[in-house]
Amino acid sequence: MSTQELRKERIDRGIKVRSDGLYALMSLRELSYLTLPRFILIAGMISLPFLMPGMYWQRVISIVCIYAVLALSFDFLSHYVGLVSLGGAFFIGTGGYVAGILNTYYGVPPVLTVPLAAAIGGIFCTLMLLPCLPLKGVYFAIVTLMYPLFMARIIEAFDIFGGTDGIVGIDSFSSAFVEQYFVVCMVLIFLFGLRRFVTTDRGLIFTAIMDNDQAVKASGINITKYKALAVFIASSMGCMAGACLTHIYMWSGISQFALDFSILPIAATVIGGAGTLVGPILGCLILVPVSELLRDFGTLRIVFYASILVGFILFRSDGIMVFIQRKYEQFERWTKI
Amino acid sequence: MEILVYGTINSVSLALMGLGFAMVYGISRVPNFAHGALYIICGFVTWILFHSLGLPYFMAIILSLCVNGILGMLMYRFVLIRVRGMNISEIIASYAIGLVILEGLRFGGFRGMTYTLPAFMEGSLMIGDVPVDYHRIIMTIIGISLVAGLWLFTHYTKIGLALQGMAQDERAALMLGIDSDFMAMLAMGFGAVLAGVAATLILPLGNIVVESGYHVLIMSIAVCIVGGLGSWVGAFFAAFLIGYAQIITVVFIGSHFQMVVAILAIILTLILKPSGLFGHQKELEERV
Repeated sequence: MSTQELRKERIDRGIKVRSDGLYALMSLRELSYLTLPRFILIAGMISLPFLMPGMYWQRVISIVCIYAVLALSFDFLSHYVGLVSLGGAFFIGTGGYVAGILNTYYGVPPVLTVPLAAAIGGIFCTLMLLPCLPLKGVYFAIVTLMYPLFMARIIEAFDIFGGTDGIVGIDSFSSAFVEQYFVVCMVLIFLFGLRRFVTTDRGLIFTAIMDNDQAVKASGINITKYKALAVFIASSMGCMAGACLTHIYMWSGISQFALDFSILPIAATVIGGAGTLVGPILGCLILVPVSELLRDFGTLRIVFYASILVGFILFRSDGIMVFIQRKYEQFERWTKI
Repeated sequence: MEILVYGTINSVSLALMGLGFAMVYGISRVPNFAHGALYIICGFVTWILFHSLGLPYFMAIILSLCVNGILGMLMYRFVLIRVRGMNISEIIASYAIGLVILEGLRFGGFRGMTYTLPAFMEGSLMIGDVPVDYHRIIMTIIGISLVAGLWLFTHYTKIGLALQGMAQDERAALMLGIDSDFMAMLAMGFGAVLAGVAATLILPLGNIVVESGYHVLIMSIAVCIVGGLGSWVGAFFAAFLIGYAQIITVVFIGSHFQMVVAILAIILTLILKPSGLFGHQKELEERV
């Protein structure tokens, strides 16, 4: 029998089907099947700072978490609302500058600047992006790509907020412990919050806007309002990450509007698995440490993650997470045609 | 007078930068974010051929244009063809290729002040009371004749008409026996050659630096968006608009604002009239 008469079929595992419904509560085995992946993620994230050998790698973990929040916001905005924003740096930079200004000019402590930066920065970003919300596809992507460059040029040209030197002398978090657990908790809360949020009524409307905005409009729903809400959620997440970054480095400057913050979260999302929300975090956990290892080689790390990105887009566009999920939930076998 | 002369020169150089991008997008609907990288790589290839291999200058230019064209076609054939039609993947993939090229060049040691190309002709000329060197004049003349040549090419040759047909309606073009993938590959090659032409004309005015790859990308996007994506005639007029606006701001406000003008032009155009000045996309209701 030649292989051409065979095909591979995928079937859901019995335990997956049983644990889909209420029957999951019947036995410990089903319960653990459901909770195990989530438990591994939470326990892994919480124990990460302990497992790292020394200050440097602990700092890397903080950076991973910041990129992870940014990647989460990208994933939410592009795969649950349909607005592909290439301007992650816009959110990071805005949040960073708001936190820096509040801290140095008004003496607000870091505990307050982070939530304040999330709120103020979120409102600012939403207002700036509000006129662009009717745009779709390439047009929205290009306009959001331009915003961080625009902000950087404006700050440079008007020489405000420290100009090219940036704002220096910003307070750091009270200790390394606080810093790491703050960012780790931030990632976990945003992850599970968003997963819950996209299944609520509002989340459904977002998905509907992505699929067919004319139909949503015809149902008497104001799509601009909902898009603005989505942008606010995503941008305040990004701004919060930016504020943390500012406090970690005790500095905020033009380089926070750099393209790094726009391209790495996208790469992480594509690699991890687009539209899964967990995938981007996995992608960041892989990409950021590897790019730290390559730091000695200078710009080679950008070459590295850009080529990984191209490879994944071409050959594995569904990402690692989708692959793992399929292995966990389904089994494969060869059958005769 | 100064504004008029330098505005024209600046506009032509913007038009040169933008033409390739506009052409690729107009024909194959692929936003080629590796445009800036193609521009820079052509400059470096010319430099290597001219300085390291010692070829005559014009031969080096012709060869590097060929290399660039082939590079563009390969990029389409092996990468972009697989993501064609998926807007966002196209942007991300082409941008990532651009990053690989630019940052790879930077890693390969192509940085610093040593990389310059000689001007076609030394010396300068007085137009009114403004001194203009010959190279800028040659650049302007070649730029304008290139646009005229492109217009003739797309209207009176078989390949040009096929490309135009693709741009207007790809399915209909397919039915009439035009191989759309081959044409798109050809368009990508032409786009790369145009980027190369822009590079060989503009780069002798200064150093070849990797950063200007990003600059060229932003400028060409600005020109294309303001002119209307997919309309390269629009891009040509938009180049004049932005070019004069930039020179006027440089003269009256300050050179820091040169980039701000371009980025502001992109943002304002997209907000106010996404189809651009000359955009003729009827189905824009769906697109935007």
